[in-house]
Amino acid sequence: MSTTTLSPADEPVRFYDFDEHPHPEGYSTMLGFWIYLMSDCLIFAILFACYAVLGGNFAAGPGPKELFDLPLVALNTAMLLFSSITYGFAMLGMARGNKNQVLIWLAVTLVFGACFLGIELYEFSELIHEGAGPWRSAFLSSFFTLVGTHGLHVTFGSIWLVTLMVQVSRFGLTAANQRRLACLSLFWHFLDVIWIGVFTFVYLMGMLR
Amino acid sequence: MIPQPAPVSPILGKLSLDALPLHEPIVVATFAVVALGGIGLVAALTYFKLWGYLWKEWFTTVDHKKIGIMYMILGLVMFLRGFADALMMRLQQALAFNGSEGYLNAHHYDQVFTAHGVIMIFFVAMPFVTGLMNYIVPLQIGARDVSFPFLNNFSFWMTTGGAVLVMASLFVGEFAQTGWLAYPPLSGLAYSPGVGVDYYLWALQVAGVGTTLSGINLIVTILKLRAPGMSLMKMPVFTWTSLCTNVLIVASFPVLTAVLALLGLDRYVGTNFFTNDFGGSAMMYVNLIWIWGHPEVYILILPLFGVFSEVTSTFSGKKLFGYSSMVYATIVITILSYLVWLHHFFTMGSGASVNSFFGITTMVISIPTGAKIFNWLFTMYRGRIRFELPMMWTIAFMLTFVIGGMTGVMLAVPPADFVLHNSLFLIAHFHNVIIGGVVFGVFAAINYWWPKAFGFKLNEFWGKVSFWCWVPGFWVAFMPLYILGLMGVTRRMRVFDDPGIQFLFVIAAFGAVMIAAGIGAMLVQFAVSIWKREALKDTTGDPWNGRTLEWATSSPPPEYNFAFTPVIHDLDAWYDMKSRGCERPLAGFKDIHMPSNTGAGVILAGISTLIGFALIWHIWWLVGLGFVALIASTIVHTFNYKRDFDIPAAVVAETEAARTRQLAAGA
Repeated sequence: MSTTTLSPADEPVRFYDFDEHPHPEGYSTMLGFWIYLMSDCLIFAILFACYAVLGGNFAAGPGPKELFDLPLVALNTAMLLFSSITYGFAMLGMARGNKNQVLIWLAVTLVFGACFLGIELYEFSELIHEGAGPWRSAFLSSFFTLVGTHGLHVTFGSIWLVTLMVQVSRFGLTAANQRRLACLSLFWHFLDVIWIGVFTFVYLMGMLR
Repeated sequence: MIPQPAPVSPILGKLSLDALPLHEPIVVATFAVVALGGIGLVAALTYFKLWGYLWKEWFTTVDHKKIGIMYMILGLVMFLRGFADALMMRLQQALAFNGSEGYLNAHHYDQVFTAHGVIMIFFVAMPFVTGLMNYIVPLQIGARDVSFPFLNNFSFWMTTGGAVLVMASLFVGEFAQTGWLAYPPLSGLAYSPGVGVDYYLWALQVAGVGTTLSGINLIVTILKLRAPGMSLMKMPVFTWTSLCTNVLIVASFPVLTAVLALLGLDRYVGTNFFTNDFGGSAMMYVNLIWIWGHPEVYILILPLFGVFSEVTSTFSGKKLFGYSSMVYATIVITILSYLVWLHHFFTMGSGASVNSFFGITTMVISIPTGAKIFNWLFTMYRGRIRFELPMMWTIAFMLTFVIGGMTGVMLAVPPADFVLHNSLFLIAHFHNVIIGGVVFGVFAAINYWWPKAFGFKLNEFWGKVSFWCWVPGFWVAFMPLYILGLMGVTRRMRVFDDPGIQFLFVIAAFGAVMIAAGIGAMLVQFAVSIWKREALKDTTGDPWNGRTLEWATSSPPPEYNFAFTPVIHDLDAWYDMKSRGCERPLAGFKDIHMPSNTGAGVILAGISTLIGFALIWHIWWLVGLGFVALIASTIVHTFNYKRDFDIPAAVVAETEAARTRQLAAGA
């Protein structure tokens, strides 16, 4: 019954790899990190979905038009976009093997990130003082949660960034550190993409609502 | 709605002596037994000086095989807890007639049915399937470990941390009284002001991190670490189903994380996602949690479909019938599982068109599943079937699961579902597929791979006793529930008015006792097998005449799995190697690069569990402290760049020589 086609002479086949080399360190890291980012993206997808469903439920409270300060948000958006560009410069420095360039641009990125977080916290505190806190309506619950989760990610990204700056300055641009810089780069740009979604769907379209 | 601040102490939060359920004699007795057992265990471990061994060889291990075994042990321990809950419910429902209140008060009974569901799904079925995948997948693809060994250890301890929180709720405070999915508004602060739902939330969040990370880990392992020559369509079916399972995990557990976080915000911050007022929508929660929940049932069953495929093929002595249709059926199920979530609440009232769509997609899933059943049957057809224990469980699965699948199609018909929704018919249906599919599958897998993991087979007599208690016991326990459900009895009832249906509950309770006997026999089977392990020894590494790569190495496999990475030419790689007279290499060994053990996983998961406990009891200073400690330990861990070592070639040569002697002695 066998229909297996063997080579005619049944020449000896190799069943073991006698000359193998271990996979290079970090062989799977980038793929793994990508998949992690996609799982994180799903969390944001759920928060966007909640905003889409609940974003119109003002419960007789204030809506986007009364609350959002577009020029401030535009400034905030610029901060985050600039931080992405400067992170890109840090990666270019890494490609050239220039440690100081990496550290300087990472520091600039950190400053932009901190500005973004500062402006966001200011916006949140203003809203809460106006009586538009996350408990006021389902609209505000979903707004604060979506924007706040993004802000929380930027916060952790910043902690990570500081850690990496210390590690790069102490141990140099080793293979492990380059891999970590590349992962944080993915993370940072990913947050940028999410923010563009937030800016468009929450703020811009909120003003049209 | 701003929650009213409850009286909380700045030091202990809501925690006080009142939190101990001293007024519940059943819980106190349980606590006494558990405490005595725990003290005995700790004393024994200390007396025999085993703590160092456990810490060095097990708790801190990054070896996927040991982590897999630890997952199985976790699953088994939690299974006993979850089953105790089941027995309590069956007894309560058999007693509570003719004005009797039974022996459980409502507060306790509601916790019991919630804990039963949560434990069986999250802390029994999930550890079992994750443990199996962890142990088997790297061996089947000819890899030395998973892609991220440290993450694997961390994932295990996070899962364990979640289990610890659930167990703690039994003795400190209370568990949720909401049912296993904690629907709002019942689970909101207004109707569940206690800590029960908070235990639920944080136990699942802590465990969920572990599950998601282990899903990412196994996907990357399967995609990146396959032995040379193993294309995707040459992967063993179990590896295929594992791949699809982990894709489902990564694409669904974040949804659970998000939705539980939102419920947590409603409870802790006072947001209005799922509240009745201020624009919240409870149905949003129900939709979201089932977008996770339906893929979850396929996360549970798909790996076991893989197990049945391996077992059927091995014990029929034949190649699996319809390998590629099996793979595509698995992929189709993976995709369809995201398109059916609404069938869990047809009664929401989303209208005829929406209900029809979800009814049809649900029925469509039975097509690839049916294809799988036929593939297994055709694999057996004209095979030389050996009725060993794994094969017996597989056949019991086929008979049982098909019935459960058919009642599932009945429930998929929206008008029928309006009658059967939330009835005991539904309970009978999902136990029919989960016990008949997942539990029987896990037992098939344990009997099949035990010799691989420990180097000796399981005792057959006690295995058969267990089988013949379990399978009829299942039918006796759940057939009455189908009948009761058709008569309209709803789930989660504590007392009944109609004495005419009591006998059916008594029969169901008797079935549960038969299952208890089956579980007892299984524990005896493990004990007897360990005791008589010399007589049951497997010296060959291939006790069943297997077909896939895990049987190519010794039982138990060495730390490095394979001295040389195998090269794959055919689907059933090991069968191909055997039939073409492949010789085991005896010389030329090299150093093998392996990851080092680390205690970081235990520490990080321990801190996370502590934070969970502090959040449950509103002990804010501990939350803050724990959070700082968590971030600090993570950062400290990243400063450790030296995470691997080499096993010297001489050690490999010695290990392999020992195996050569063992093989010669067995021959």
